[in-house]
Parts: sequence; C-alpha cells; structure tokens
Amino acid sequence: MPIDLNILIGGAAGQGVHSITTPLAKSLVRAGARVVVVQDYQSRIRGGHIFNLLRVSDAPLAGPREGVDLLVALNQETVTLHLPELSPSGFLIYDADLVKEVPAGVAALGLSLEELLPGTKAGEIAVNAGASGAILGLLDVPVTGLAQMLAESFAAKGEEVAGWNKQAATRGWELAQKFPHPVSLAGLTPPAPPRLLLSGHEAVAMGALMAGLTFISGYPMTPWTSLFNAVAQRSLKYGVVLEQAEDEISAINMAIGASYAGARAMTGTSGGGFCLMTEAVGLATMTETPLVVVVAQRPGPSTGLPTRTSQGDLQFVLWAGQDDGPRAVLAPGSPAQGYALALKAFDLAERYQLPVFILTDQYFADSQHTCRAEDFPARRIPFALDLKPAGGVYERYALTQSGISPRRLPGFGPELVVADSDEHTPDGHLTEDLGVRVQMHDKRLRKLTAMAGEMRGLTTAGDPEAPVVLMCWGSSLGPVSEAVSRLQAEKVAVRMVHLSELWPFPREAVMKALQGAQKLVVAEQNASGQLARLLRQETGLTATQAVRRYDGRPFTPEYILRGLAGVV
Amino acid sequence: MLPLSLYDSIESAWCPGCGNFPMLKAFKQALAELEIRPQDLVVVSAIGQSSKFPHYLKCNTFNGIHGRALPVATGIRLANPGLKVVVTVGDGDQYGEGGNHLLAAFRRNPDLTLVVHNNQIYALTKGQASPTSDQGTKDTLHPQGVPYPPLHPLALAVAQDCSWVGRSFAGMPQHLTEMYKKALTHKGMAFLEVLQPCVSFNKINTYEWYRQRVYEVETRPDYAPGDELWAYRVAKEWGERIPIGVIYLNPRPTLEESFPQLKDGPLAGRLPERPLAELLAEFS
Ligand SMILES: Cc1ncc(C[n+]2csc(CCOP(=O)(O)OP(=O)(O)O)c2C)c(N)n1
Ligand code: SF4
Repeated sequence: MPIDLNILIGGAAGQGVHSITTPLAKSLVRAGARVVVVQDYQSRIRGGHIFNLLRVSDAPLAGPREGVDLLVALNQETVTLHLPELSPSGFLIYDADLVKEVPAGVAALGLSLEELLPGTKAGEIAVNAGASGAILGLLDVPVTGLAQMLAESFAAKGEEVAGWNKQAATRGWELAQKFPHPVSLAGLTPPAPPRLLLSGHEAVAMGALMAGLTFISGYPMTPWTSLFNAVAQRSLKYGVVLEQAEDEISAINMAIGASYAGARAMTGTSGGGFCLMTEAVGLATMTETPLVVVVAQRPGPSTGLPTRTSQGDLQFVLWAGQDDGPRAVLAPGSPAQGYALALKAFDLAERYQLPVFILTDQYFADSQHTCRAEDFPARRIPFALDLKPAGGVYERYALTQSGISPRRLPGFGPELVVADSDEHTPDGHLTEDLGVRVQMHDKRLRKLTAMAGEMRGLTTAGDPEAPVVLMCWGSSLGPVSEAVSRLQAEKVAVRMVHLSELWPFPREAVMKALQGAQKLVVAEQNASGQLARLLRQETGLTATQAVRRYDGRPFTPEYILRGLAGVV
Repeated sequence: MLPLSLYDSIESAWCPGCGNFPMLKAFKQALAELEIRPQDLVVVSAIGQSSKFPHYLKCNTFNGIHGRALPVATGIRLANPGLKVVVTVGDGDQYGEGGNHLLAAFRRNPDLTLVVHNNQIYALTKGQASPTSDQGTKDTLHPQGVPYPPLHPLALAVAQDCSWVGRSFAGMPQHLTEMYKKALTHKGMAFLEVLQPCVSFNKINTYEWYRQRVYEVETRPDYAPGDELWAYRVAKEWGERIPIGVIYLNPRPTLEESFPQLKDGPLAGRLPERPLAELLAEFS
C-alpha cells in the first residue's frame, strides 16, 4: 500500500498557515514525496478560519482527499473544528500558547515560544517554523533541507530572523522525533531530476510565457489575481508589458488594442469582471482580433463566494457576447494541462483570429501539485501572420473559404488595417448592405469547422468497456480519476471521460468514448448540470445520473463515491 | 506637405452642414502639413456619429465599442509606440459611457491625441442630452429639461494633470487646423475638445451660438497655460464666453516611457526566447 497522509494546517488568517505549508511542501517534494496542497480561505485578510490541506504520498497523487491524519492547530478554533476529522491513529501539533484545551487520548505535541526559542522575541515565527520541523520529525525526514530553505527565504528579513527560523525548525524536529508515528518517509530518495511544485495558475502563466506572451492587462479579482501576479513578478525579466487597468472593460479593450497592433495579448478575470467584459468579447470576435481570456471561476451569482471554487460559468463563457460568435473554450484539469492549453490557446487565437477562453477556478488556480519537468514540453508558437508588405489590394476581411482572412499589422507596410465593430465590407468599412452582412457572418462562423478538427483533450481512464461512465471537465479531473481508480481497486467496472477542450465541442471523440455506456454519470461543480446540458445539445445523449457540488469546496474522491452510491 | 487626396476614403453619411465635415477637412489638412503618412497613423474611435470619422479617412483604423476607444488606443500605443495614435469620439461616448477611461488616461499620459467632438448631444441615438448639455436642455428623455449643470471636461483634465488641454471650434477651420497640428505634435496625451454643431438635433448650440461666445484664449493679457490654477479657472469658463486655444500645458513623462520592455521597438514580431529550463526553475 502506498503511503497516503493528510495534513491539515489551520488557524486564523494572518497567523502563518501558508508560512508553515509552503516550506514544508517544498521540502517534502525535494525529499522525494508527492504532494498536493489545497487552500481553503475566507474573504478576509486577518482573522476568520483558514486552512491548507497537504496530502503526502510516495506515489503520484491526482488531487486532495478527505480526512486528517496530522492536524496542526494554530488556535483553539482549529482544534474544535477539525479534531472530529482526525483519524484514530492521528496526531495533533498545536500552539501551546493559544490552544488551552486538548482532549485526552489524542497523541499531541504542544509547541511554545519558550520551548522553541527561549529568551527571544521571535513571536509566531517560532511555532510556525517549529511545526514545519516537527512534521518532518514525525515522518523521519531530515530537517537540514527545511532549515536551509527557511534560512534562505527569510534572509531578506535579517540574520536574526533567518537564524530563528532555522533554530525553531530544528528544535521542533528534535521534539517530534521522540514520538512514535505510524507513517515514515525515511525510505524516500530525492528524485533526479528534482520534481516541481506548481499551482494551476503558475502553470498557465508558464505556458503563456512559453507561447510568447508580450502583453497582459487585467484588474484584480479573486481567483484570477494569482495568475496576473504570477506574470507580474516576471514581466520585466521576460519583456511582457503589463498594465493594471481601471476596470475589466478597459482591461479587455486594451488587450484587444495591443493585439490589433501585433502583441501576443492576454487578459483575464473572474465572475462579475467577466460580465463587464462580454461586450468586448463581441468586439474581439467582430474585429477578428486574436485574444486569450482567462476566466477563473468562483461561485455566484453576483459576487457570490469570492474565495471558493465553482464550475458555474461554462454556459456563460460558451455564449457570452452578442449574437453568434466563433470562439474556443478550454478548461485544464491539471497544471500540465494548464501549461499545454495556454500554448494551444495562443496558437488557436492567432491562427483563427478570435477569442479563446481558458476556464479555470479557485481550486485549480491555487492548489499546488508535484509535477515532473517532462509534463512541460518546450514548444514555440510560430507567427500566423505575415509582416512583409504584400502589395496589391489589401482587404482585412476578405471573404475566404476557411473564414480566415489575411491579417496584417498597422505600421508594417503600405497596407492599411481597417478594423470595425460594426458590420463591415471586406475592406473593413461599415455597411448596412444586408447581403454583405450574411456573407460576413457566415465567413466568421466558418472558422468553427476547421477548429473543431483540432479539438482533442479527451482524457480517459478505467475500463474502456465498462457500462458505467463518469464524465467530467476542467479541474474535476483529479478527484474523479481517483474515484475511478478506487472503484477499480474494488473490482467495479467503471471508466472516466474527462473533457479539457470544450468548444467547438469534440462531438465525434465524445460519442466514441461513450460507446456502450449504460449508465452515464456527469460530475460537475455547478447546480444545473452545465456539461450535461452541453452534451445533450451536441450529441443528443442524456446523462442518467449526476454528481454535483456547489457549496464552494472542490470535489474529493469521497464526495464522488458518496454521490455514486446506488449507481455502482 | 503631402497631397490632401492621400487621405480620401469612402463617402460620408453625415448630414449636410454637420460640424463633423470641417473637422474632417481640417484634420486632413493638419496631417498633410505635418506629413503624417496614412500607414503610420491609427485612428481609433468608438460609437456615435463622430466615431464614424476614421472611416472617412484613409489610414489604419480601429472602430471599437461605445466609450472604449481610449483603452484600445492605449493598448495600441503600448504594443507599438512607433504608431501615431489619434482617438476621435463624441461627448456622450467619452464623457458618459467612457468617463472612467478618461480619468485613467489623464493619469497614464499615453502619447496620443484625444479629439472629442462636443455637440452637446447624443446624435446617433437621435438627440438625447449628453453630459455636456446645458442645464435645462429639453429632449425626449427630459421633457422638463436636464435638471443639473454640465460636466466640465477641460477642468477635469487640468485637475488630473493631463499634459496638453485645448479647445477649438468647427466653425473656425484655420484655428482648428492649427490646434490639430499642436495636439498631434505634443508628446504625451493631448486632449482637444472641438465644439461641433449638430444641425439635426441640437437647435440651441448652433454655429451662431458658438460663434457669439468663443474667444481665443491667447489674447488674454494674463495668458499662462503653464499655470495650473489659471488653467483651471479658464477651463471652467462656460456660458457667455467660451475660451478656445491651448489652455493647459504640463509636460511630463509618458506612459510608454515607463516600460523598459518597449525600448527595443514594437511588440509585434517578437517571439521572445524563453528557455524552458529557465522557466521551470523560475516557477518551482
Ligand atoms: C453599450 C452601448 N450603449 C449604448 C449605445 C447606443 N449609442 C450609440 S451612439 C450613442 C451616443 C452617441 O453620442 P456621442 O458620443 O455624443 O456621439 P455623436 O453621435 O453625438 O457624435 C449611444 C448612446 C451603444 N452603441 N452601446
Ligand atoms: S445628426 Fe448631427 S452629428 Fe450626426 S451627422 Fe447629422 S448633424 Fe452631424
């Protein structure tokens, strides 16, 4: 049996939950473990209750699971809320200065400033670094790597602080070593080449940079902000022009302007911000301007649950904008897919001259996964336009069989680039000739035909002949695939079909993957079954069952399995 | 000087007598005199009668959506600072729908020219009041008259440190041409408001109405466009006397200058070398 350990680190916002999780997760990855980190936080900067779930294994992990084996409580509330989830052999590490009541019979280690860094004014650093060290101590992982990492990452705060961190981690490790623990990671060896720990949005940012991103504009909104930040921190180094717009309307229009002038441009937002952008989605479609738009979903309607997760904007993104408009909609299910689909998004946007959407969500955005360098193959996206002057008559919207007209850039030759949001003639000027209108509209929609042939993104797992099919999309990939493998381990014949490229809908591939299905269960994180509706619309196939979650927490394999009770 | 015919495009659909005609003519004159070639120029507009302007001019054009020309133009400048960028929009468009972008553009100071055709009315939607309609103006939506005073866009521009602020009048072609030339050669954001009579829907603010009121601000003995408080007072002047000319001059660094990424020229055609190994190290 592979090792499978769930660590929950909880406290109030501002107490340092992340400062325990991040170095701990990194040192575990360096030691050779696979980890998944999921954040659960409230929409406030201080106080409230937040926690991180750190799942650790010696085998690859698809996502989080339920249950707690090791609980780190920075306050009493965390003990009250999460102790009931602690497994019978579980262990509690707590801040002895703040947690006063620890129920009898629980294996526990209290850490205090006095014990860890006597005679210093280190404050909460002590318990945070001490707890990270203590976890490694329980799991028999050497503390040297963590101590070094802490010393380095706090070096900017001065030698004293860096020293305190190192000391507290080491002391915490020593204290914990005295306790027996049922799980040991002593057998792990550091992988070569080293593995990476990446969040979904970091992977999308990396893909966008690899794709040649040169312009990004946006306005902060959770959970989109983490992607905007990931690019911002590297924008100078990689020559990306980045602008914080005055609102989302400006953000998307600015990106359209930049793309019209030849930049590889991207924008993004969440929920309400995308509502503001929709008029300009039509503008990008009508002016045939390439654009990549990230929509990081969160529960709504309106401002909804700002910091929680959801898959409720699929139908909105499919149809957002006036009238019919061609577009592509992609939804990655893992960091590796996030990277690959970011590259694909820029490629499609440029070749077909239209908006391409990447649908992410809070769970995908912020959760971190152990990845391998091979998950991120190098790829260049060649230019799909000619910068050399062609001579002769140039028409920006020339009617073509493929629907794609030759794109030129202003300032790169004698050809003038006339772009118009009104219906227009092939040379770009507004028209009220209704015959031309039909020709132009048909031309734009023809792009969908060729693009449909490029939609793949089907991930299947389990028994390909199984009568029960679990279908899902986007970030549900991990939890659903784990549910499928757990069922298989119990000899239940079941298969998974996951979609990451949703529009144009890969009709043939889906029909093929669903052949022989007797029970079709669609699992998605919205209330109305938006993928199920899309499936019915595009294939005529109706799901027989549904597993839905829309309380703001991501799917877990356990949630899926509970939802399947009575089906399998 | 370049030939004026260089800028000829399709025929316009404006009403005979519209103030947009002299504006188009003076603009072509200014371009020709400054020898700005059509291929080096992008005229960005939004939605309204005035926003049809770029269609009637031979140049690169981006005709966007209502109120949003400035963000598009800013994006173009940030992608290719080699292009001459001009924004031509209406008062309803820029002061109503696009007000937030106007405030942001004043702060950013992109190197572009913003020309607002101020006919104190929404023309394309057939005559509703605009943010610059005078108090009491009656229209279909305000049968009792607009209950509040107009916006003061020029004063707003001064207050927000716009680097060049001026006004002209479509009924004075020579003044207009000179003002276009000054705005087009200014480095940074030049905000030119042009009083543009709408002969179909605005029966109050006619050529005659404007002609009786406008005066050339440079003739004032206290003319001091570099003085913010002076400029602010003059910018707020509206009623019996309406100043035209350069009202505020405030040279300051442009938006584009704050991006070292743009030192190597346009973003177009850049396929930056981003070694994967370096990216992986960066993100892990
Ligand atoms: C989002 C949106 N709202 C409303 C309109 C309708 N509309 C078109 S032009 C216009 C006002 C135009 O007035 P102005 O900007 O003053 O230009 P003018 O026609 O007077 O030159 C409006 C409200 C629109 N096209 N888009
Ligand atoms: S309606 Fe007014 S603004 Fe429009 S073209 Fe006619 S006169 Fe000009």
